[in-house]
Amino acid sequence: MILFEEVSKIYAGNHGALKQVDFHLKQGEMAFLTGHSGSGKSTLLKLISLMERPTTGRIVLNGNDISNIKGNDIPYLRRHIGMIFQDHRLLMNRSVLENVGLPLLIEGYSRYEIKRRSLAALEKVGLMGKEDCAPIHLSGGEQQRVGIARAIINQPPLLLADEPTGNLDPKLSLEILSLFESLNEFGMSVLIATHDLGLIAKMRYRTLTLKDGEMINDGLMRERNG
Amino acid sequence: MANQMEDKKVLSGSPRITKVSFLGRVSAVIRQHFQQAFSSFSELWKTPFATLMTIFVLGLALSLPSAFHVLYKNAERVTGQWDGASEISLFLKKDISEPRVQVLINKLALYNDIDSVTYISRHQALEEFKEMSSFSKALNYLDENPLPAVLVVVPTKEAMNSAGSKLLVAKLEREQGIDLVRVDVDWIEKLQAILSLLVDIVIAIAVLLLISVLLIVSNTIRLNILSQRDEIEVLKLVGATNSFIQRPYLYVGAWYGLLGGVIAWLLTFAMVTWLQSGVMSLMGLYQLQFEISLMSFNEVMTLFGVATGLGFVASYVSVKQYLVKIEPK
Repeated sequence: MILFEEVSKIYAGNHGALKQVDFHLKQGEMAFLTGHSGSGKSTLLKLISLMERPTTGRIVLNGNDISNIKGNDIPYLRRHIGMIFQDHRLLMNRSVLENVGLPLLIEGYSRYEIKRRSLAALEKVGLMGKEDCAPIHLSGGEQQRVGIARAIINQPPLLLADEPTGNLDPKLSLEILSLFESLNEFGMSVLIATHDLGLIAKMRYRTLTLKDGEMINDGLMRERNG
Repeated sequence: MANQMEDKKVLSGSPRITKVSFLGRVSAVIRQHFQQAFSSFSELWKTPFATLMTIFVLGLALSLPSAFHVLYKNAERVTGQWDGASEISLFLKKDISEPRVQVLINKLALYNDIDSVTYISRHQALEEFKEMSSFSKALNYLDENPLPAVLVVVPTKEAMNSAGSKLLVAKLEREQGIDLVRVDVDWIEKLQAILSLLVDIVIAIAVLLLISVLLIVSNTIRLNILSQRDEIEVLKLVGATNSFIQRPYLYVGAWYGLLGGVIAWLLTFAMVTWLQSGVMSLMGLYQLQFEISLMSFNEVMTLFGVATGLGFVASYVSVKQYLVKIEPK
């Protein structure tokens, strides 16, 4: 699904955000990406979602080398990736239903199909009945679930989540992670960037640990702790 | 419930994107064009004051060239009527006899491009001159009448244009017994030169105003793009292409242009209607019948087309300059 081969990213000012990172996330696999602030977690996700380009190295996504992908192809590639953000990135001037249906609208689905699948996605994240609300009137956890519904509506093979529980209490955080687990059970690959080690420790999944841009560990958190 | 089950079935299989067929994509693009065209129109009225201000500024800028066009069109019609000679004076040789004058009158009456010929004898000319001038007593002291006999020729309507009257004058100059052919078209030529200069000035002003329309729309779209930066970033993150994102802005630009064109048309109509009574009074003083012609259907459609095109081009410039540079962070 995702293959990183000696990938480095150096920003202006010679700041090395990622250094020679190698890893492989298989199709249908769920993993955590952890590390302190500034360790390179967000940069790694940005490289996968093509918000940034690697300085050196090769990134392969679903069998396609995306390191030097043409700018015009980026939107089509992003349609294969569901992205979830800590700040949700919802359109506040549109309803929950419109936010969730956005990826389908872009792909050219009919209104009927968009509504049908948006409602199904909202049911999956437990937000039935909130479809006509404005996101601003929802709680942080509900907004996050709207973001998740939008990310999964076109059934992408890969789901990237950047600090999805950052602003949520522990109970809500577990609920969100359970949601990711259920999506993973349907065959979706999931990569979750978080610095909440307590949360990771509660779940038995592969954990990639970054420190100062270097991959320092790749394994199970429990095993490592134990 | 059945639909939800269907969704789960798809998710539980190999993860893949459900592809939209080619025909589905074509119909989707057409549908999206319609949706975005109409939604961008309703988007305009979310900020009605700003939209109305922009549209009125565009309307004012476009109304000046269109009003100038209507005025020029009417001025051309007026000068077109005065384009050639309405009368040609033939000053006869002093020694020409009355019978030969009659022969000449009969010959001129046979010309296809002459409507009428009026004979003013030397004696009649002197009497008229006495009446019109204050030299009547002085003229009594002259040994002989210094004025020649005159034939006043009125060309037919077809021959009243510039080329026709020039041709007629050339034929008349070849006639025996005529000393001088006089056509007073100098003032018309001067008027036409002034009009030509006015046209050049109007074209220059129109170009400047149309450039200002481009700048106004372009700047409005630029501000729209910058104020919706976050939304554009989200759209790009979920896979929207630049074409998809830029389409509403292009439609907004076109709507601004079209609505500005409608305002320009209404303003032009109001201005010309307001001028109409004044022009008719003026023409009445010269005992002329003249009605100002307004913009024709084709001209109105051209105005709308040009205005819409300008709006589209202006927003395209803005979109290409600003929208493509916005990338999600």
